[in-house]
Amino acid sequence: MKQNSLPTRNRALIFTGLGAALLIGVFLSPLASQDPDGLDRVAQDLKFDTKAAEKNPAQQLPFHAVFDEYAMRGVPETIATPLAGLVGTLATFGLAWGIGKLVTPARHATGPKEPSPPDPQ
Amino acid sequence: MFSYGLVTPWLSRSFYSHLALHIPDGFLSLPVTLVTWLLAIALIAVALKKVQAEYQERTVPLMGVCAAFIFAAQMINFPIPGGTSGHLLGGTLAGALLGPWAGSLVMVCVFIVQSVVFQDGGLTALGANIFNMGLIGTFGGYYLYRTVRFVLGRDNWTGMAIGVGVAAWCSVVVAAIICALELAFSGTVPLPVALVAMVGWHVVIGVGEALISVATVSFIWRTRPDLFYDPPRRKRLAAARTPSLY
Repeated sequence: MKQNSLPTRNRALIFTGLGAALLIGVFLSPLASQDPDGLDRVAQDLKFDTKAAEKNPAQQLPFHAVFDEYAMRGVPETIATPLAGLVGTLATFGLAWGIGKLVTPARHATGPKEPSPPDPQ
Repeated sequence: MFSYGLVTPWLSRSFYSHLALHIPDGFLSLPVTLVTWLLAIALIAVALKKVQAEYQERTVPLMGVCAAFIFAAQMINFPIPGGTSGHLLGGTLAGALLGPWAGSLVMVCVFIVQSVVFQDGGLTALGANIFNMGLIGTFGGYYLYRTVRFVLGRDNWTGMAIGVGVAAWCSVVVAAIICALELAFSGTVPLPVALVAMVGWHVVIGVGEALISVATVSFIWRTRPDLFYDPPRRKRLAAARTPSLY
């Protein structure tokens, strides 16, 4: 049989995977290159970067009061991006988990995972 | 703390950059916006149905972890020669772990958080961004990876690494081509210049995508190969190995 039960292995997966994601989002995010990325660079070179909407719908959302892109407002600059990374990573984790939970058929709360015995007849 | 003083001014430079290939509001015309939204919504609907029919509840933690990892990794822009940067998109990675259906749902979650919470990628362009990077990247990436891997050998690391690397690179370049087409159809920029410029940079950015994807997959291959959507079939050799930590 398996050496570890499924719940234990899942806990290890969540610990390792989410832990790695948080480390990256919090500690590596301030080190990201500040150079314009592929599309930004092309927009600047071909002079259509000015077409980006100054006022965009996302700025009407309450989140804009908390985050200025990947920087939390109202905190020292050195922790603004790490905090954005922390919140964003956890929010994405929660959203994907929630959608997965809603969509996948729930396992029956009781009973072993063996197939149910065939119906008589 | 000498290093702190040295590092601070560099850290404190403003974090203005949008992420690679995330189209902001204003670049796309109304027809292109509508068509890409329709395609995105249709494919999301099919993905939801497929996940409902084919996946089990035990996939859920992997969906959460995969989404969190891709969100975090997308924050890390790596510099490429010529004063530009790129970052992981992760579609191929999500596809290799979760298959194309749950994989694309995970990508959709990432783009929703980025655009809604962090104003990265326009809300009106969200359909196009989901279509380019989530659906083309994940489906195209997955099927290309799978084909290459199964031709070279499903159960060996060489096939896995080459499959993931090739598919990751292609997914970025194809997403860049589609992005250029959308910009051209929108009348934002003429097609030939858009194509040359977008493909030119993303041919290099794709190498970064391939390296990060292969490195991540290599860790999973060594620790939890059962997590892959197409796991390697057990060999007798595997039994002789010391049990892994996880």
